[in-house]
Amino acid sequence: MTSTDLPVRPAPAPQVKAPIREMTVRHRTHLSLGEGRTSRLLALAALTVMALVWLLPMAWALLTAFKTEQDASDPVHWFWPQNGLTFDGFSTVWQRGDLPLWMLNSFLISAAVTVITVLVSAMAGYAFSRTLFTGRRWLFALTVAAVLVPPQLLIVPWFQQMLSLHLLDTYAAVILPQTVAPVMVFILKKHFDSLPHELEEAARIDGAGHWRIFWSVLLPLSRPMLAAVSIFVFIGAWNNFLWPFVSTSDPALMTLPVGITSVKDAYGIQYAQSMASAVLAALPLVVVFLFFQRHIVKSVATTGLGGQ
Amino acid sequence: MSSPHASPRTGALSVRRLLSPGLLFALPFLTLFAVFMLWPLGQGLWMSLTDTSLSAHEPSFIGLDNFTEAFGDAEMWRALGHTVWFTVLSTVPLVAVALAMALLVHTGLPGQWVWRLAFFAPYLLPVGVVSLLWIWLYQPDLGLYNHLLDVLGLEQVGWLSDESVAMWAIVLTTLWWTVGFNFLLYLAALQSIPDHLYEAAAIDGAGAWRRLWSITLPQLSRITVVITVLQILASLKVFDQVYLLTKGGPNNSTRPVIEYVYDVGFTGYRLGYASAISYIFFALVILASAAQYAALRRREK
Repeated sequence: MTSTDLPVRPAPAPQVKAPIREMTVRHRTHLSLGEGRTSRLLALAALTVMALVWLLPMAWALLTAFKTEQDASDPVHWFWPQNGLTFDGFSTVWQRGDLPLWMLNSFLISAAVTVITVLVSAMAGYAFSRTLFTGRRWLFALTVAAVLVPPQLLIVPWFQQMLSLHLLDTYAAVILPQTVAPVMVFILKKHFDSLPHELEEAARIDGAGHWRIFWSVLLPLSRPMLAAVSIFVFIGAWNNFLWPFVSTSDPALMTLPVGITSVKDAYGIQYAQSMASAVLAALPLVVVFLFFQRHIVKSVATTGLGGQ
Repeated sequence: MSSPHASPRTGALSVRRLLSPGLLFALPFLTLFAVFMLWPLGQGLWMSLTDTSLSAHEPSFIGLDNFTEAFGDAEMWRALGHTVWFTVLSTVPLVAVALAMALLVHTGLPGQWVWRLAFFAPYLLPVGVVSLLWIWLYQPDLGLYNHLLDVLGLEQVGWLSDESVAMWAIVLTTLWWTVGFNFLLYLAALQSIPDHLYEAAAIDGAGAWRRLWSITLPQLSRITVVITVLQILASLKVFDQVYLLTKGGPNNSTRPVIEYVYDVGFTGYRLGYASAISYIFFALVILASAAQYAALRRREK
C-alpha cells in the first residue's frame, strides 16, 4: 500500500450550482462507494445489521416496560406477550414518587454544575487569553497539567472534606467538586485566542471595561462554542455516578443514576417495572438529543476534539 | 455600566491597569480549583501517610507504611491487573467499531438520522439505566442473549456469573454504551477531509477500496491517535458499570482498582490506605500518559 504514487492535483473548481446539499450527499456516496450497486447494498446491509444490534437492547427494554410482570418473566413469548401491553409498569413506578424526584435532583444538580462550570471556565479562559497578570503563564500551565488528574482519585479526600465541612448529603457537596473543569478552561482559552481583536479594541475605545467586553462582546460571539461546552458539561454531570453515589445517602437527594440502581435492590425482581423506570430515566436526554442532534454532532467538531 | 477597571486608550499604561482585572476574572475558577482539586490532592497525599479512618480515632503519621502494605497486597495487584486488562480489551473494539460505524455512516446512504441515533443514543443513558438494562439482558434464564443462544441451539452462558466470561460481558456492555462518542469524533474528522482528494483519485481511476486505503485511512491517522489516547485514559478509570453489573464479582474477578479504593475506604473504613492505593493508581495514569506522549513525539518526527 503505497500512497505516494497518487498524484496530487489541484482541486477542480466547484461547479455545483443547483441544490447543493442533495448533490454533496449523493456525491459523497458516489465518491466513497463508487458506481457499483453491490457495494452500496453491502454497505447498507452492514449498517442495518449494526444498527439493529445496537437498537435491540433498547427496543427490548421498551417492549418489556409495556408488558405485564407475568409476561416480562416469560422468555418463550418475549416478542409477543400473551397478556397484551399495559402502562401499569410506568404508572406504578411514577406513582411511587422517587423517580420524578431523582429526575428533578439530576436536573437541578446538572444545571447548577453546567452554569457554574461554564461561567467560571469562560471567565478564566478570558483571563488566560486576553489579559496580563502576574503568574498568568504559570497558573495556566498548572491548569493544563491538572487535566491529567482523574476525579476518581479525589473521592476519598473530597469525602473527608465534605465530612469536616458538614456538607455530606447536601446539594452543595454533590455540585461543587464537579465544577472544577480544567479541560473546559483550556478549550475556552483556545477559543478566545481565535477570536479577532478588532471588535474588542473598538469597544475599548468606546470606554468599555473588561466585564463589558467579556459579557457583551466576546460571549455573544461565542454562542456556538458555549452551547457545545454546555452540552458536554451537562451530559457529564447528568451521567456522573461515583461522586453523587459517595456523597449522598439520603434518597431525597439522590440523582437519577444513583437512585435508579437502588430500585433494583429495594424492590426485588420486578422486570417490567424496572424497565419502565429505565425507560423513564432515559427519556429526557434522548429527547434532548433528538432535538439537538445536528448541533451535538457539530459541537464535537467545534470543541476541538474532532477534526484534523 | 462602565467598570472601574476601564482600560486606557493608550497602550503604555495598559500593563499596570490590566494586572488586577485579569486575576479577578480568573479568581472564581482558581478558587474552586484550589479548594476542590489542589487541596484535596495534597490532602490525599497526606492521608496516604497516615492511618486516617472513618471511625473516630485521631489519625497519626505512619510514614510509608500504607505504601509498603499496598505493594505486598495481592488483592491490590489483582485489582490493578483487572483495570489494565479491561483497558486492553475495551480500547481495541471501542476504536475499531467506532471507525467502522463512522465510515459506513459517512457514505451518505439513506437513513442518516437513524444510524446516528442508533449508535450515539446509548451514550446518553445514565450508567444506572445501562446496568439495569444489561443485567436484564444477561439474565441466566430470562435474558435476551441466553434466549437467542437457545434459539440458535447453542449453550447458555453465565454472562455475569462465570469468572471467565464476566469481564468480556462488561467490555461488551461498555462497547455498546460508549462507542457512540468515538463514532462522533470519527464522523467529524471524516467530514473535514476535503472532497477534492477523492475527486482527484477518482479521475486517476482509483477504486473505492483504493480510496479508502490511500486517502481516508491516512487522513484519519491523527484522530485515531487522539481517540486511542482518550480511550485508554478513560478505560483506566473504569468503575461505574463494573460496580453496578457485578459488584466486582464473581469472586472479585472483575473488581477494578477504583472499586478496591472504594471498598477499602468506604466499606473497610481505611481512608488512609485507600488514599495510598489512589496514588498508586495515579502513578499508573501518569505512566500511561507519559508513554503515550513519548510515542506521539516519536511519531511526529
